[in-house]
Amino acid sequence: MKRAFTSLLRGLAKTRRAIEDGIESALGRGGGLDETALEEIEETLIAADVGVETSLHLVDSLRVRRDRGDAPDDAGTIASALADEVKKILEQAADGPPVDNGHPPHVIMVVGVNGVGKTTTIGKLAHRHVARGNRVVLAASDTFRAAAGEQLTVWAQRSGADLVGGHDGGDPASVAYDALDAAAARKADVLIVDTAGRLHTQKNLISEIEKIKRVLGKRMPGAPHEVLLVLDANTGQNAVAQAKLFDEALGVTGIVLAKLDGTARGGIVVAIARELGIPVRYVGLGENIEDLADFEPGPFADALVGAAGGESPANAA
Amino acid sequence: MFDQLSQRLEDAFRSLTGRGKLTEANIEEAMREVRRALLEADVNFKVARGFVEQVRARAVGQEVLRSLTPGQQVVKIVHEELVELLGGEAVPFRLSGAVPAVVMVVGLQGSGKTTFCGKLARHLRKRGKSPMLAAADTYRPAAQEQLATLGRGLDVPVHRGREGADPVGIATSALAEARESGADVVILDTAGRLHVDDEMMRELERIREATRPGEILLVLDSMTGQDAVNVATEFLGRLDFTGAVLTKLDGDTRGGAAVSLRAVTGKPIKFAGVGEKLDALEPFHPDRMASRILGMGDVLTLAEKAQEAVDADKAAKLEEKLRKQSFTLEDFQEQLTALKKMGPLDQLAGMIPGMSKLGQVAIDESALRRVEAIINSMTPQERRDPGVLDGSRRKRIARGSGSTVQDVNRLLKQFGSMKKMMKQVGKLGKRGKLPFASPF
Repeated sequence: MKRAFTSLLRGLAKTRRAIEDGIESALGRGGGLDETALEEIEETLIAADVGVETSLHLVDSLRVRRDRGDAPDDAGTIASALADEVKKILEQAADGPPVDNGHPPHVIMVVGVNGVGKTTTIGKLAHRHVARGNRVVLAASDTFRAAAGEQLTVWAQRSGADLVGGHDGGDPASVAYDALDAAAARKADVLIVDTAGRLHTQKNLISEIEKIKRVLGKRMPGAPHEVLLVLDANTGQNAVAQAKLFDEALGVTGIVLAKLDGTARGGIVVAIARELGIPVRYVGLGENIEDLADFEPGPFADALVGAAGGESPANAA
Repeated sequence: MFDQLSQRLEDAFRSLTGRGKLTEANIEEAMREVRRALLEADVNFKVARGFVEQVRARAVGQEVLRSLTPGQQVVKIVHEELVELLGGEAVPFRLSGAVPAVVMVVGLQGSGKTTFCGKLARHLRKRGKSPMLAAADTYRPAAQEQLATLGRGLDVPVHRGREGADPVGIATSALAEARESGADVVILDTAGRLHVDDEMMRELERIREATRPGEILLVLDSMTGQDAVNVATEFLGRLDFTGAVLTKLDGDTRGGAAVSLRAVTGKPIKFAGVGEKLDALEPFHPDRMASRILGMGDVLTLAEKAQEAVDADKAAKLEEKLRKQSFTLEDFQEQLTALKKMGPLDQLAGMIPGMSKLGQVAIDESALRRVEAIINSMTPQERRDPGVLDGSRRKRIARGSGSTVQDVNRLLKQFGSMKKMMKQVGKLGKRGKLPFASPF
C-alpha cells in the first residue's frame, strides 16, 4: 500500500508554521501590509528555500492586491493568498502523468547529482509498479560508485523486481542497452534505469548520460519515456541550476523531490516550476519502501504556506 | 541569474557622485544588494541579516579610498568581513596524540560521508599514517561494501560488522583491532541520519562515549539550503563536533551553507571535497570561499593550480623560447600536459571570475585530446622542425593518431599562426617581461 500524499506532507509542518509565524510577526507591527511587512514575509518565504526571485514574485502578488484595495489583512488570509499563488505556479508546470505508450516496456531513466537519493527512489518506484502487478526490471547503470550495484540489488530484492547488472567500471550505456533487451525479452512492463550521481557541471559525465539516453532510444524508439530528476529537498538555490542543466541535456519530464523529511523545506520546487516549467511528479521521504507518493500541487501549496487548521493536510495525519 | 555582486554594487553607487564618505543613506541600496547576494547563495536569512548589519556599521562613515570606487570599497569590506566570519585563516588538520587517534565522521544522508572517509584515509596515508576505516553504517544497503571497495582501492584495512549489527559494537571492536594491527588512526564512517531523529542522534552519542574520538567531523553538502543552520546547531548540541567538511564544491553552488554553519557553531571548516575521485580533497580556504559566495571567482585556486602544474624553471625557459621565437611543437606538447594536470578544463573555467555560469562555457576537451594525439604521433625531429613534414609523413601521423590528414594540416596551420602572433607579441614585450610569461 502506498502512502497517501497528504501524510507525506507532515514533513512540511515546521516550514509552514515558520511562515505563519513570519506573517503574524509582520502584521504585529500594526502597519498592515506595508513595505516592511512585505519584506518580512519575503524573508520567511526565502527561509523555505523558495528563492529570492520567486519570493519577490509571491510578495508582489500581495502588493498588487493591497494596491487594488483588497489587501488580505489577517495572517490566515494572507497565507491562503500565498498558497493560491504557489498552487498556480505548480499547476502551470504540471502536465499530468505520462501516457502509456502501449508498447511495453515503459522506460524510466533516473538521474541527479550525487547523494540525492536516486537509488532509494528507484527502490520505491519499483515497489509501486510491482504492487500494481507490473513486471519490473532495474538496470544498474551506476558502474562508477563503489558498491552502487550491490545497493540496487538489495532494493530489487525488497521490491520484487529483476535486476540487470553491470560490473564496476563497465560502460553504463551498454548496461542500459542490455537491460532494455532483457526487459523486452522478459516482456517486462517497466524498465527503470539507475544512473551514477553526477554534478550537472561535469561536462563529460553529462555527455555520458546523454549517451545512455541515446542508446535506449536506438534500441527502442521513443525510449526513455520518462526522465526523472531526483532532487534532495534540503538543497538550496543550486537545485535550479541542477534542473536547468539536466533538462537541457536530457529533457527532464518530471522531478522527484526526495528526503522531504521533518526539516526539509522543499520550497525550491516552486522556483523550478516557475523558472523552468518542470513539473514535480513524486515526493519521497525516509528509507521505507512505501514512502513515495504522487505529487499534488494543491495540497503541497497548502502544506507549504497555507493557513493552519481546517483542511490543512499537515494536521490530518 | 547570479550577477556578480561587485557589478551590482557598482550599479547601486552609480548615483553617488564624487568621493566623500559613505553614509547611512547612500549605502542603503548597496546593503540590499549584499543581502540579496547572500540569500541567493543560500546563506541563512537570519545570518544574512546579522551580517549585513555588521557590514553597515563598518561601512558608514568610512572615507572612500582614493584608489577605489564606492562600490569596490563596499565589496572590499563585505569580502573582509565574510573571510573573517568563515574563519580567517585555513585551519590545518591535526590529529590528537592518542593512539589510535579516532576520527568520527557524521552527517545527513547523502552528504558524502563515505567518500570523504576514503579521501581522509588517503590523505593521512600520504602523510605517513596507517589509517583504518570502520564501517559503522549498518542501515543503508551496501554502505559497508562501498567502504570496503574504497579501502581495497586504497589498500587501507576496513573493519566491518554484520549487516544489522550494533554500530557502537562495530566502533569499539574497530578500535581493538587497530590496537592489535598497529593502525594509528581509526576513521569511523557512521550512517547518514536526520538531525531531528532523536534515536539515531542518541546512537551517535553512544558511539562517541565508547570511542572518545579526538575529532568529530560534520560532513555538510555545500548545496544545502536554509536548513543548514538547524543541521549544524543540532549536531553541535548533540556531539560538540570539532570541525566540518564541506562537500561537492566542484559544482557551481555558491555554498552559502558554509557561512550559516560557521555563524551558528563557530567551528572551523577543515576540508573541502571537490570531486568524486579520492584525491579530490583540499584544505578549506575562507578567503576563496568568500569570493565564491560573492560570485567573485576563485582566482587564487587557479593561480595555485597553475603553479603546481608548471615548475618555475620550465616557465623561465619557455619565456626565453617565446622571446627567441624558437617555440616548437615539443614545447606546445609540454604546455598541454601541464594544462591537463590542472584538472578538467570546465572545472578550471569555473574559477575564472565572470565565467562562473558554467553551463554556457563549452570547452572542447576532446579537441585538445585530438591535438595531443597528433603531436604524440610525431617524431621528436618533426616536433622540433615541422618543416620536414611532407605528405607521406603527414599521412603516417594521421594514421598513428586516429585522425585525418586534414586534422594534421589544420593543427600545423594553427601552430604557424600562433608562432606568428608570438613574434609580434615578442616584439612588443622586448623592453620588459612578456605579457604572458606563464602561458596561463
